[in-house]
Amino acid sequence: MNVSALIIDVTLWGSVAVLAFLVWRRGRPVLVSAAREGTMDFINIVPRIGLGVIGSGYIAAVIPPEVITGWLGPDSGWFGVLTAVLAGAATPGGPVVGFSIGAVALKVGGGPPQVIAYVVAWALFAFQRLLLWEIPFMPAKFVWFRAAVSVPFPFLAAALAMAIGKP
Amino acid sequence: MIMIGVLVAVSATLVWRRDGIDGVLEILTHDLALFGGILPRVLAGCLLGAFIAEILPHEKVSRSLGPNSGLKGLLIGTAFGAILPGGPFTAYPVAAALLTVGADFGATIAMVVSWTLIGYGRAVAWELPILGVDFTLWRIVISLPIPVLAGALGRFVYVRMYPQGEAPPS
Repeated sequence: MNVSALIIDVTLWGSVAVLAFLVWRRGRPVLVSAAREGTMDFINIVPRIGLGVIGSGYIAAVIPPEVITGWLGPDSGWFGVLTAVLAGAATPGGPVVGFSIGAVALKVGGGPPQVIAYVVAWALFAFQRLLLWEIPFMPAKFVWFRAAVSVPFPFLAAALAMAIGKP
Repeated sequence: MIMIGVLVAVSATLVWRRDGIDGVLEILTHDLALFGGILPRVLAGCLLGAFIAEILPHEKVSRSLGPNSGLKGLLIGTAFGAILPGGPFTAYPVAAALLTVGADFGATIAMVVSWTLIGYGRAVAWELPILGVDFTLWRIVISLPIPVLAGALGRFVYVRMYPQGEAPPS
């Protein structure tokens, strides 16, 4: 286990402990019922997360990163931004995959605004995260609504990056 | 869920045809280990969501994060998403809890988008080491306005899609 994972776990369980204390001050039965509710949510979600996490390895294995890096291509203006957004939405796997592809694209000559658009699109609506993480926890209607509303923003981020000439 | 199951089954079959049973098992053991590692955090996230739903008073949340909370509600959602600890296993249960206690789509969108774009967790753990300080900082600076804008756009569209002001689904 690396240091950042340890920090995440400590802050996470620390927050749980603080909130549990706040709930407990309203009375023991309140804490018990809230904890039971959280545990029930957990039990309901485990199979879906299981399918997601165990399945995502297979999805990632059939979409090789080279395909997506190819889409990002060298500095290519707004067409490049559009492909970057599509590539971001199509990128499977966790944070390592998305950021690594961004780094590779920068190395092989992708323009920074395009890579910004890629990273932002991937953060906002990578299809795999929507399906495997967001849908199990949230109302599906909210998830699709949020994803649709997010569509303009990778383009806005690319435009801002072009305007200020950074990074 | 069925769609995801089909997608996973098709992908697994493709891996099996390409790499044989060894390829399938290798991915399975790797992902099972990952799954085992994530489980405690998912539990923490679910408890966090349940406790937050218990503590936050319904009227107060609807006032500060509801449909009529204005720019302030979007800013609160953004700030909350930016400081929330943990990964998807915390952000989504907490966002779902906010929806049930009276936050509207706009403020919840601001929160989720803020968590994914300017939340420190992923940036520090993954983006900085892989993409470098310069890129990461500029990417975050450029992303700063997005949660509020996305929340505002969400509210704008939601009011026009559901003009009767029906309650958000819980």
